[in-house]
Amino acid sequence: MESELGLIEQSFNSRYSLWVQEALSELPDSFTITDPCLSGHPIVFASKGFLKMLGYSKSEVIGRNGRVFQGPGTCRRSVMEIREAIREERAIQINLLNYRKDGTPFWMLFHMCPVFNKEDGRVTHFVGVQIPISRKPRRSGRNGVNLCEEESRMNDIFYGSCRKEVCSDSLVELGRVLSLESALDDADDRGLEIEESCEASDVEKTRAATAINNILSVLTHYSELTGRLVCGKRCSLSGVGLLSSSLNISLGRIKQSFVLTDPHLPDMPIVYASDAFFKLTGYARHEVLGRNCRFLRGVDTDSSMIYRIKESIQNEKACTVRILNYRKDKSSFWNLLHISPVRNASGKIAYFVGVQMEEGCKNQVGHGLSPEMRQLSAVGAVRIAVRSLSMGAGPSKS
Amino acid sequence: MMLRIKRVPTVVSNYQKDEAEEGARRVGGCGRNCLSQCCIPGAKLPLYAFKKLNKIDGDKELPGSEKREPPVAFLDSLLLGEWEDRMQRGLFRYDVTACETKVIPGQFGFIAQLNEGRHLKKRPTEFRVDKVLQPFDGNKFNFTKVGQEEVLFQFEASEDGEVQFIPSAPIEPENSPSVVAINVSPIEYGHVLLIPRILEHLPQRIDRESFLLALHMAAEAGNPYFRLGYNSLGAFATINHLHFQAYYLAVTFPIEKAPTKKITVSDAGVKVSELLNYPVRGLVFEGGNTLQDLSNTVSDACICLQENNIPYNVLISDCGKRIFLLPQCYAEKQALGEVRAELLDTQVNPAVWEISGHMVLKRKKDYEEASDENAWKLLAEVSLSEERFQEVNALIFEAIASGDNGNANLLEDPEVKPRSHEEVDVINTSSHAAMVTGTQQCLVLQLSEEMKKGLHPQMQWISYVTQSGRLMHVMMTKIHHVGKVYHLKAKRQMTENLGQVAKFRQRYEKTAAPKEEP
Repeated sequence: MESELGLIEQSFNSRYSLWVQEALSELPDSFTITDPCLSGHPIVFASKGFLKMLGYSKSEVIGRNGRVFQGPGTCRRSVMEIREAIREERAIQINLLNYRKDGTPFWMLFHMCPVFNKEDGRVTHFVGVQIPISRKPRRSGRNGVNLCEEESRMNDIFYGSCRKEVCSDSLVELGRVLSLESALDDADDRGLEIEESCEASDVEKTRAATAINNILSVLTHYSELTGRLVCGKRCSLSGVGLLSSSLNISLGRIKQSFVLTDPHLPDMPIVYASDAFFKLTGYARHEVLGRNCRFLRGVDTDSSMIYRIKESIQNEKACTVRILNYRKDKSSFWNLLHISPVRNASGKIAYFVGVQMEEGCKNQVGHGLSPEMRQLSAVGAVRIAVRSLSMGAGPSKS
Repeated sequence: MMLRIKRVPTVVSNYQKDEAEEGARRVGGCGRNCLSQCCIPGAKLPLYAFKKLNKIDGDKELPGSEKREPPVAFLDSLLLGEWEDRMQRGLFRYDVTACETKVIPGQFGFIAQLNEGRHLKKRPTEFRVDKVLQPFDGNKFNFTKVGQEEVLFQFEASEDGEVQFIPSAPIEPENSPSVVAINVSPIEYGHVLLIPRILEHLPQRIDRESFLLALHMAAEAGNPYFRLGYNSLGAFATINHLHFQAYYLAVTFPIEKAPTKKITVSDAGVKVSELLNYPVRGLVFEGGNTLQDLSNTVSDACICLQENNIPYNVLISDCGKRIFLLPQCYAEKQALGEVRAELLDTQVNPAVWEISGHMVLKRKKDYEEASDENAWKLLAEVSLSEERFQEVNALIFEAIASGDNGNANLLEDPEVKPRSHEEVDVINTSSHAAMVTGTQQCLVLQLSEEMKKGLHPQMQWISYVTQSGRLMHVMMTKIHHVGKVYHLKAKRQMTENLGQVAKFRQRYEKTAAPKEEP
């Protein structure tokens, strides 16, 4: 928990300098900033307006995923749309039903946009602005459930087709149908009134967009202080060897210690390492990414094992070896290392995954799942993430 | 007349032989570690017992309650680990991660996969497609014939309400174990089959208990990209032994993106919507006060469809929070020769995954030419006509409403059908049960209030719905024997139950009442 919070502070302050928090706090809007590179895509900053609106304290919110504010009445399809937008690294504006700490639901206009690293085009953060929708619904729905926005819009179509169909249905019962139809007309207006209406007004939409711009300009300004520039639009194409933020998010969910290495780059550098890997080896992220795994070796490491690893990489086969590795503090541990090639959507090998397991270490709570099984499950989860997230629309490389 | 299509059956197990061989082979003492009586004694498999959920909503965790994300998505890890293990042991017919796949550029985001290996080495077989319910046939391939190494684990509700895992638990026939097994012809990573109460030899037919089990599996895996699917007979199920399918694909399916239009909310809080702007017409079920409410509503709808001999597919999506129900008529059209040759040439069988927007293509040409338009064309053939869809909806809503009244599974007890309209004279060549098992050719006639027993049938107009989605009005002069079960209703009753008027009433006459109070 400690280290997690440490990472969060680091995520934020190292890029924007220490004073950014203060500057952001001066903005009146309700908004959050999340970091897709950290495991669980947590909130790393929440404005005062946000905390007030939802009734949470800062410590209850930082480090958590935004989904905790959703509840039973939240439209599942809207949630899915937000998930899609994050995956595709694009902005989205959507009406969403969220819940306060005391459990009361409220409608808000959610406007989210990615913040890009100016140099390599990676997404560093997502900014999400929440504007409460002020217009009261004409009538409340059942316990706040069943509130999907397209509905009132669709009513006309609904009744339109309804009448047509009834008429075409049968001639014999025409009289009966006609009487029904007039009953329908009476009910028509009533029907409209029952429907929940939650469309945000243009004013609210503009407010959201303005808030986003204000936040982005603060972030841009403070990133200049550290020299690690960000911007609201992708300025350069994603650099070679860097993972997309969506792949980062997916890999971040995997709790085991593992690294991904890219065999297409010189010296097969690590392109991703999990939080558990940092914990196991004592290294920090920036000390690991871009380097070959050999820094884990030491004087007593058996070279025949290294040969076996090389062989399996050459043959593009999975293998498990028991190898002596060294942490940053020079202490050694026996590593049950499983290595396997991982294919992308075009069916070609994109990475090698290496899952580390410290021998004899009483690993976390596993409900009795054997360490080997957990290791394999990490491999499976990596395969799914890499395959699915390289499918993006567009011509597939072959 | 009997409707049949010829297709290449999918090989789901390494022990699945061509039907001819299968019939000839002796069962018993097989010595290959199957799941039949011969090999079960002493056999052990991992056992995962899930905690029964009372609340449907697993997301609502307040920070105070210190229930952060579950420490490990345990079922997820178990399934992935076991599956990867089978992959490294080489039990699959091909490496599915080596099959090229892409999201088709365009508005809908259909997903295409080129899978040339899935249908090799298998002769086309004839499948009867005009009967959604067929009795279990022990001579044909069923899942008790798979090898034990193909089974990943047993899956059941925990007795003490806590998640339990036993790495090696005996298979106890008296406990009616449900199992999760690999599909040796996977269409994506983690493709498995959930076989409820495998030793009971249930035919492919939804019942409340089994559906709830499937829903629990989706909820328990807790991964929005792990979806379960179901194909009824006549909707491209190839094995008549109750099973659900499931696999991982971390991409949103087009059907999940389709806009919806709410139709009604049931008393149990289950919201039912209609899919809009999607080539296949279908219903979406979500919400409900408990997982069981949602499950019961959907299973009642499924039971209604299968009893009415309407083929359908089901997709369980979003960790069991959204369920898509899609009645279809492709196989029937195919059998009647109404499907264009260019579509048949692709040999794509539109089962639940295809309908959801994940197209598994067998020819490189089709993969390269895959487009929104082609996918749409195929799926449009799968869909019922608008008129037929509304008729089917009416049947479904009737079934759901009677389910709400606390009536148990209609299938299991045809006698307690709600008598909202005066039942019913069954003119039938054989017993009542024939209607359910579908082994007999029969004709079921329902008479409305106006149709008194004893009144000469020639005095009555009768409407009936054919499988291809036509509503026919006929003057009954004679009771005919037909090859399939038709449900007939008098015209008057039809208007009350079918079409938009009925939909309107169900929607407002029920929901409007509570609104008067405040």
